[in-house]
Amino acid sequence: MSGVRVLVGTRKGAFVLSSDGKRDRWEVSGPHFAGWEIYHVKGSPADPDRLYASQTSGWSGQVIQRSDDGGATWEPVGNKFAYDGTPGTHQWYDGTPHPWEFERVWHLEPSLDDPDTVYAGVEDAGLFRTADGGQSWQELPALREHKSGPSWQPGAGGMCLHTIILDPAKPGRMFAAISAAGAFRSDDAGQTWRPINRGLQSEGIPDPDAEVGHCVHRLAMHPSRPEVLYMQKHWDVMRTDNAGESWREVSGNLPTDFGFPIDVHAHEPETIYVVPIKSDAEHFPPDGKLRVYRSRTGGDEWEALTSGLPQENCYVNVLRDAMSVDSLDECGVYFGTTGGQVYASADAGDHWAPIVRDLPAVLSVEAQTLP
Amino acid sequence: MIRVVLPSHLRTLARVNGEVQLEVPGRVTQCSVLDALESRYPVLAGTIRDHDGGQRRAFIRFFACEQDLSHEPPDAPLPEAVASGAEPYLIVGAMAGG
Repeated sequence: MSGVRVLVGTRKGAFVLSSDGKRDRWEVSGPHFAGWEIYHVKGSPADPDRLYASQTSGWSGQVIQRSDDGGATWEPVGNKFAYDGTPGTHQWYDGTPHPWEFERVWHLEPSLDDPDTVYAGVEDAGLFRTADGGQSWQELPALREHKSGPSWQPGAGGMCLHTIILDPAKPGRMFAAISAAGAFRSDDAGQTWRPINRGLQSEGIPDPDAEVGHCVHRLAMHPSRPEVLYMQKHWDVMRTDNAGESWREVSGNLPTDFGFPIDVHAHEPETIYVVPIKSDAEHFPPDGKLRVYRSRTGGDEWEALTSGLPQENCYVNVLRDAMSVDSLDECGVYFGTTGGQVYASADAGDHWAPIVRDLPAVLSVEAQTLP
Repeated sequence: MIRVVLPSHLRTLARVNGEVQLEVPGRVTQCSVLDALESRYPVLAGTIRDHDGGQRRAFIRFFACEQDLSHEPPDAPLPEAVASGAEPYLIVGAMAGG
């Protein structure tokens, strides 16, 4: 019987949650790397037992861990992320030039077909790649060296490259998103990049046609429709039907269009999920009610999903990498909160139940569907 | 033999218990001790000081003989008590929240 493995990164370690295909009873393994911040854990699509984890701390910096057995055992691999050449400067919060400095790996995106190849999105914003299972990492410098790079500024959480999407239909096409520079696309495996932010409107940017400077929180794609991307921006939920050439707002009837994660149903490319958050100043759900919103129309029309979720006195947040879906026949949806809960729905969001309630603050959630 | 005490999270990472004992060829300095440590335990490279510049990470401190050596030149000789193995060289995670 097929099963699911949910990889959870938290402020104080990683956890592996496992279930069979019914998804009603779960085994919890962890904490792995106790005491360290685990920004992201993700498995290879080509080998689900090959996992990579970004382990980081303010004391000791960056470590990358690799598992070859589905998270039972781990081995540290290479942790040297050196920008290519002299990296120059971006803007600091006060507008002054600030040297590009590596801080941490936010996101790991394994190749679609090679377990040894992984892309890493880092703070300060840069894109790295390993082709030897994480032993060594080389920057793909063209993104950081884009002519707009010196004008990029960090978002409140740092200038992080937090989203990497590989196009399954067009080898070499990839998307990346940076807070607060915006979304970018490469059509040549990262050798060149261009901003894809036309149609985004952001308060605080005086130029309505600004090419960069947008605080994109998350991008999502369904593999069967790689020209369609969904975006949760700082404010606004957006959609493009032409691989980022232009965007339109699809916030529709959401109670607030601020939020962090966005994801797509595994089998329905027009069914998408967000978790509305009250505002940029108040990072918790409106009215103390934790509600996932689902659109079955690719945006604009949204319904609140509340069954099994706390509907009073709930003031947690759901971070950008903390939502995921499985690909079982009935799509499972998962998300983690800053309050340490990981919620699961085995019926595409109609009903929810916590897998765990009391983990450290959840930074990332990735679901793996196992044979 | 030089005795080195790691903070607990680095002991876990390096998979060691208690003190680490190192042969350090030549002059016993902070730099030579850390070189020997990273040579024995490559996983610690980058976790105590930068990969390239050798700059101490901001929240790591170096103590020995009841002295804070964190701001001493990396090539300055360590106290004789450390060089002789009488006293350990302490690598400490600074007190910081989180």
